[in-house]
Amino acid sequence: MASTKVSQNKKRSKSKIKFDKETYLFWFENMYLQRKFEEKAGQLYGQQKIRGFCHLYIGQEAVSAGIVTATRLEDPIMTAYRDHGLALARGMTPNECMAELLGKSTGCVKGKGGSMHFFSKERFFFGGHGIVGAQIPMGAGLGFAEKYKGTDNVSITLFGDGAARQGALHETFNMAMTWKLPVVFICENNYYAMGTSVERTSNMPDIYTLGLGYNMPSEPVDGMNVEDVHEAVARALVRARKGEGPTFLEIRTYRYKGHSMSDPAKYRTKAEVEDFKERDAIKTVRKTILKKKYATEEQLKEIEAKVKKQVAECVKFAEESPYPDVSELYKDVYMQQDYPYIKI
Amino acid sequence: MRSIRFREALREAMVEEMRLDDRVFLLGEEVAEYQGAYKVSQGMLAEFGPERVIDTPIAELGFAGIAVGAAMNGTRPIVEFMTWNFALLAIDQVVNSAAKMLQMSGGQFHCPMVFRGPSGSAGQLAATHSQSFENWYANVPGLKVISVSNPYDAKGLLKTAIRDEDVVVFMESEYSYSDLGEVPEEEYLIPIGKARIAREGKDVTIVSYNKMMKVAEAAAAELAKEGIEAEVIDLRTIRPMDYDTLIESVKKTNRMVFVEEGWPFGSVATEAAYYIQRVAFDYLDAPVTRICGADTPLPYSGVLVEEFLPNPAKVISAVKEVMYIEK
Repeated sequence: MASTKVSQNKKRSKSKIKFDKETYLFWFENMYLQRKFEEKAGQLYGQQKIRGFCHLYIGQEAVSAGIVTATRLEDPIMTAYRDHGLALARGMTPNECMAELLGKSTGCVKGKGGSMHFFSKERFFFGGHGIVGAQIPMGAGLGFAEKYKGTDNVSITLFGDGAARQGALHETFNMAMTWKLPVVFICENNYYAMGTSVERTSNMPDIYTLGLGYNMPSEPVDGMNVEDVHEAVARALVRARKGEGPTFLEIRTYRYKGHSMSDPAKYRTKAEVEDFKERDAIKTVRKTILKKKYATEEQLKEIEAKVKKQVAECVKFAEESPYPDVSELYKDVYMQQDYPYIKI
Repeated sequence: MRSIRFREALREAMVEEMRLDDRVFLLGEEVAEYQGAYKVSQGMLAEFGPERVIDTPIAELGFAGIAVGAAMNGTRPIVEFMTWNFALLAIDQVVNSAAKMLQMSGGQFHCPMVFRGPSGSAGQLAATHSQSFENWYANVPGLKVISVSNPYDAKGLLKTAIRDEDVVVFMESEYSYSDLGEVPEEEYLIPIGKARIAREGKDVTIVSYNKMMKVAEAAAAELAKEGIEAEVIDLRTIRPMDYDTLIESVKKTNRMVFVEEGWPFGSVATEAAYYIQRVAFDYLDAPVTRICGADTPLPYSGVLVEEFLPNPAKVISAVKEVMYIEK
């Protein structure tokens, strides 16, 4: 089974974009940051400093990194609860993200959302959403608003392979095509909806074909390859910005860890995990940088050291930050400042 | 003063607000070309065009979710549900997305939007088309819930709801759309969270909302013939509830009968009764009593519908009970 997944991914589409040194170095540094941040989050979860649910992005970094270099900041972006990596890719700071995981007032949503609900208005990051598939119509709504306002911004709406089986996907795809909404729908297919493989929940494992029923341009993309991700998103953005409507990308990726911290991932083989780790996007980009002589081994080590320091600092920042004042409980529920909450 | 129909009052509210604010748009099933399933949006497509009066497929979850996303991103949607019965398919987006967005995002994103449509029974429509949902939504922090009984309140409160920065759930009634009522030509707004004293009285307080106000007022008129002066309060807003008006009335009458169409368990009446006993216990001369819809789904046959629904006779009987009058 594992080899099928990899071989499906092996076809590398012809590159039309020439990526420059800065892009490769950004990819390397940012993916490395995502990886180190998540490893640290995993440790802190083990120490019970992070509570609740915590879904790590380790293995999927090329998807977020490729998306953010293809998009402009003003393109609104929305995803599910496995949101740490995409938030860091979009330029949210490790400090505000780690503080959120620790439930601190300095967190990106003031300790009110935790792992699943990162948001940043400044970075046009419309959240981290907890109900599987609920962000599919909401993400289309972000695109609806851009079209309504007459911009050429495009909504980037991400969801997992599990969410692809929700009815909301079909309702949304139908309306997005009918109204030609500027949206790139991205299914991050990591092959497992929690512990249930794609093959066990559908007769049709090629998720991208779901778009074809609505005549939506749809294609599979190798999510272990950051160049492929960038190119596929860029192609979709060109169409959307011209008013030609949505695209559906099934980006095939892999999470090395379990679904959440409580999942030992016994439903898959070690060989399958190792297969994907061999195609690790960070390793690949590292090799490319060295091969193209965009940086030396020493310079890459400096970047790695810088990132590790940044992660250590964000933990320190988070740990030293105060918890929210309890009065925050009655804030940010209504815009009306004097809303009469029931307290008896 | 001129009289217009309930549906016209709602339409005027939407049209006036859409003329004032380009960010406001209407979407839902049959709102545009068909001119509204209940003709509330008649003529709006012609004035505002298909970009702002938008027909959707029959996909409540999908279009509610699209509206939530659009509201997060700088627009102000009005979502029409053909009835609130169908909104059950969309309740995840109302409750999990719209109502919680402000808190989840630490105050960064809010959803200035209105979900509106008729609630409650509308003739012999049987079990799935006959339900009241005011109490369901009123249970949810993050939502404001309005349920209107007449054209004047419908227009004034819908205009306020459209301007409100919070998520508003707005309940109407199929049975009321053709009702005539006085509505001034000049602009007015009615604040959210304020009940209306529909009839003053000193002997008993009857509280209701939406089309059950007709039952409450008919009962009060009958009671007046027997020399019982009932004070009738139209809640208008369910959440936040105007407890102060209820308490002031009970301090005067010392008795309360609540009339609503919804089911009894955890009803709006239950919340009012809790609050009254908690805050005004010493003023009560009798237990707070409620006349609700029956504790069953609403079946088809006319005689069963009649048995299910509150009516003036049931209310009169409850009033006499709390006044300790022999029936």
